[in-house]
Amino acid sequence: MCTLEKRGQLFLLKLTGDGEHRLNPTLLDSITSAITQIRSDPSSSQSVLITTSHGKFFSNGYDLALADSDPSLRVVMDSKLRSLVADLISLPMPTIAAVTGHASAAGFVLAMSHDYVLMRRDRGFLYMSELDIELVIPPWFAAMIRMKIGSPAARRDVMLTAEKVTAERGLEMGIVDSSYGSAAETVEGAVRLGEELVRRGVDGHVYGGMREALLKQVLHTIGSNESVSNRMRNSGSKL
Amino acid sequence: MCTLEKRGRLFLLKLTGDGEHRLNPTLLDNIRSAITQIRSDPSSSQSVLITTSDGKFFSNGYDLALAASDPPLRAVMAAKLQSLVADLISLPMPTIAAVTGHASAAGFLLAMSHDYILMRRDRGFLYMSELDIELVLPAWFMSMIRMKVVSPAAKRDVALTAEKITADRGLEMGIVDSSHGSAGETVEAAVKLGEEIVRRGADGHVYGRMRETLLREVLHAIGSNESASNGVRNSGSKL
Repeated sequence: MCTLEKRGQLFLLKLTGDGEHRLNPTLLDSITSAITQIRSDPSSSQSVLITTSHGKFFSNGYDLALADSDPSLRVVMDSKLRSLVADLISLPMPTIAAVTGHASAAGFVLAMSHDYVLMRRDRGFLYMSELDIELVIPPWFAAMIRMKIGSPAARRDVMLTAEKVTAERGLEMGIVDSSYGSAAETVEGAVRLGEELVRRGVDGHVYGGMREALLKQVLHTIGSNESVSNRMRNSGSKL
Repeated sequence: MCTLEKRGRLFLLKLTGDGEHRLNPTLLDNIRSAITQIRSDPSSSQSVLITTSDGKFFSNGYDLALAASDPPLRAVMAAKLQSLVADLISLPMPTIAAVTGHASAAGFLLAMSHDYILMRRDRGFLYMSELDIELVLPAWFMSMIRMKVVSPAAKRDVALTAEKITADRGLEMGIVDSSHGSAGETVEAAVKLGEEIVRRGADGHVYGRMRETLLREVLHAIGSNESASNGVRNSGSKL
């Protein structure tokens, strides 16, 4: 499901296997547990987290097939992802998403929940698929989009046209910080950036506090109850 | 501490002397009192304020040495700056910061509290120093950063990387409106811009209300109680 590796002061969290890395309750628990491990590491306040994945997908979003078979799990997945994202936002270290495959919907939000987004440019896209599958995105997804995507036109293109955003387009829109020729080069780029951030020697706890303050509105929306009921608007969703 | 001069329709507020223009209670009171004088001038609603400084610094932030010797003064300085910034936000005239020296932390915030930032490019930088001195930025500082620094990457770089921002970098980030070859040229350009704005003949009272509406979130954050306690988080700060 996911592995956690430490290289010097870098934590490498990897979503494993060739599947879609759908954010079902099990995978979400797995990732959360890796984050907990990271937090309890004594050198964590001088470290950096890099999140990446195997295969064709970074993550293709929530496990909608699972939710169709058991509708109560929709709420569970949304709740677990909200906790995970709040956890990432308060994490006492810089975070880098090395996007080496498609990141759709909740998977796109997971990528955006990192301080830096590095992405391969040879294939793959970021995609808010909800419009195409007739779901309205929860307010907290929108809060993250507003925080991480600056231009009104780009926000419209992401949310209201469900654009399939390549790395190059992501650079233009300011969602992606840098792009690379392949998956491996993306991870190398992330490692290099991570090492540079470690060298700066910033105190992770102060950094985490700053990030929480900067992303205060996103945290506020994550905590708000209305997120859950809005997600339930269309129960007859097409996949 | 500070002087107030009137040139035609332009008010020139200058932080005087070669020191760091640390925003201690005395200087904050001085500046506030100059603003009060400006407001009571009969022609104020067809005027423009230009704020600048002597010497190497625009302002190097709060007087942390003073706060270390007398901790309650931290809250006093924070409260006084919040009042001053709220005053600037409601000021019935356009405001220009002619940044002719370093502007750090609360000093950077003071510059951002103006409608236009003109800056010298030959030396000096804008710097949210808090990360480097292990203080978390108060919520209302973050609100101003979110308002005035547009791109998400730039917001991150200002708050989370404590970048030392030169005028030209400031231009790229959209924080600085124009850059100039020297301190003298920066002030001249501010005067020229001020005169241009005066010629437009907008009613200052309407202008001031517009600005309040535009910066509503910042005013809200200033008014909120949590702002005061968030500024004091780390009492063992390095200077």
